[in-house]
Amino acid sequence: MPALNMVQAINLALREEMRRDRSVVVLGEDVGKDGGVFRITDGLLPEFGEERVIDTPLSESGIVGAAIGMAVNGMRPVAEIQFMGFIYPAIDQIFSHAARIRSRSRGRFSCPLVVRTPYGIGIRSPELHSESSEALFCHMPGIKVVVPSTPYNAKGLLAAAVRDPDPVIFLESTRLYRLIREEVPEGAYTLPLGKARIVREGKEVTVISWGSMLHKTLQAVDGLDAEVIDLMTLNPFDEETITGSVKKTGRVVIVHEAPKTGGFGAELSATIAEDAMLFLKGPVLRVTGPDAVIPLPKLEERYAPSPERIRKALEEIMRY
Amino acid sequence: MPEKTIESINIKRIEILDQAGETDEALMPSLAEADIRCLYELLVLSRAFDQRALSLQREGRLGTYASILGQEASQVGSAYALEQQDWVFPSFRETGVHIARGYPAELLFAYWAGDERGMQAPEGLNIFPISIAVGTHIPHAVGAAMAIKYRGEKTAVAAYFGDGATSKGDFHEGFNMAGVYRLPVVFICQNNQWAISIPRERQSAARTLAQKAFAYGFEGIQVDGNDIFAVYKVTRDALRKARDGGGPTFIECHTYRMAHHTTADDSTRYRHDREVELWKPRDPLARLQSFMEKKGLWTEQYRAEAEARARTIIDDAVKKAEAMPRPDPGDMFTYTYAAPSSRQRRQQGAL
Repeated sequence: MPALNMVQAINLALREEMRRDRSVVVLGEDVGKDGGVFRITDGLLPEFGEERVIDTPLSESGIVGAAIGMAVNGMRPVAEIQFMGFIYPAIDQIFSHAARIRSRSRGRFSCPLVVRTPYGIGIRSPELHSESSEALFCHMPGIKVVVPSTPYNAKGLLAAAVRDPDPVIFLESTRLYRLIREEVPEGAYTLPLGKARIVREGKEVTVISWGSMLHKTLQAVDGLDAEVIDLMTLNPFDEETITGSVKKTGRVVIVHEAPKTGGFGAELSATIAEDAMLFLKGPVLRVTGPDAVIPLPKLEERYAPSPERIRKALEEIMRY
Repeated sequence: MPEKTIESINIKRIEILDQAGETDEALMPSLAEADIRCLYELLVLSRAFDQRALSLQREGRLGTYASILGQEASQVGSAYALEQQDWVFPSFRETGVHIARGYPAELLFAYWAGDERGMQAPEGLNIFPISIAVGTHIPHAVGAAMAIKYRGEKTAVAAYFGDGATSKGDFHEGFNMAGVYRLPVVFICQNNQWAISIPRERQSAARTLAQKAFAYGFEGIQVDGNDIFAVYKVTRDALRKARDGGGPTFIECHTYRMAHHTTADDSTRYRHDREVELWKPRDPLARLQSFMEKKGLWTEQYRAEAEARARTIIDDAVKKAEAMPRPDPGDMFTYTYAAPSSRQRRQQGAL
């Protein structure tokens, strides 16, 4: 099996899905000849042609809106938005339309659409290129929000997202794109949306994270009997795995890089309070980005949760 | 270096049927007597629906409703040009389009009464749910046309919207993509002169809305929107062009919203009665009636029969809509996703 990085794994998933199903097309700014700003769609244009690998005008709302129209008319579009900070003009399309088409049409039409977008800090990029706004999308019923953490699960989750009958927001950590390699089989496989994975079993504390924060979490838990959960799908999220783990360990730390207030950690924390309160030995702690505009590169490492900050939270909760 | 003109545009306005019922024979589309009767009866039915909807709203039996009074020719005339397999992406003021396409009237009443089951188009009828969000459905029509072009089908897409939508970003993003990819889509704007209280000249400084298409590399054309023959012909030609690979067209139907914006609006706060009075003689139904009278296709008796048939259809539709059992709260969960999540299932159980 070849060892691939995340860029190669996502590229392979797209290629295999496009070979498998002629209704799968990709569209976005620079996705064709240029192969995408992160080279995710590299090589797709020569293989599938410009009818299926569509370089679009600079038009985020238009791209997602057109993808919606394709999806309701029998296609499986995978739209790329170059950075999560640029997805905001398309939020109207995602919230007002993609999320509601099945409901609005009482099932006559569905919207099997994937919107892929890089997110997060870690590549020293300019303003609005480091957003981690996943919580916005998690609040909207009708869409699914997926965040892979490794090349292997990126490939399996993206294949599942493409085949899913509902709209999926697929968030790819820019920091992880070329950070790690792992063995990724060729040939289609899918990983179920809505299922978390227990990366490391433990009995004393549960740490929940996703995307690039998973790797910082794994650096922080050395020497502790910690159970680490990679959430992978944020909406709908895997309540059973979380509650099961919390009932076992009684201690919880949630790690995400998005701002604390209204972040997705708040939803997880509230759910744990509702479902497993009496099993808790201490408060649910969150290690997050601060409530500040995501800074330019000179401060980005200060902004993101570090293994040291995560470690501090772990040591604090272990005192209970 | 001499100054050169490198681009100039011409905007056509098409009128065929005048207020006296006379037609321009050179432009008149070939329509059999049966088609003309059918158009008239669809206008009568659309108006009957509209009037009943307004009175049901006043009785508290419907929620907020957007009247189409005065715009029936733009709607019925354009929809009559569509083929069965064509796609329609409507805004919220296209009841005449729905009726002309055969959308069950009871579902329209159910929708305006607040029942989402009314938005489920029957299989075989490619009419998309009403878009309340202004103009943001325009890119959907573009995407549907992309799918049609990709599959090489002989199908066209019609997107309906009003003059207000031409100010929205999605109008421009959708038009731009339609032009770049030369897609089989026809954009039909019912310029009814008012977007709630904002008049047409405050919507855009452009002399016509039709001219906006030229910035995106395709034709824009203005048509007398109260002239059903002109609307039908221009739409039919644009749809044929679309199906034959000729790309998009933008049709500005120059018409007038005779009623308030919706039943929740009071237009006397912002427009003069004399403007409304000016448009009354341009009534699209009266104009077609004059034409038919001259051709010996219209009598008082025919009118009475057509109106009686419409009344029966509307009465029956209201009865059916009001006899529908209340929607099941579980429906809220049934259609959010293809399959409900475990959390949704628990929430459903708790409702």
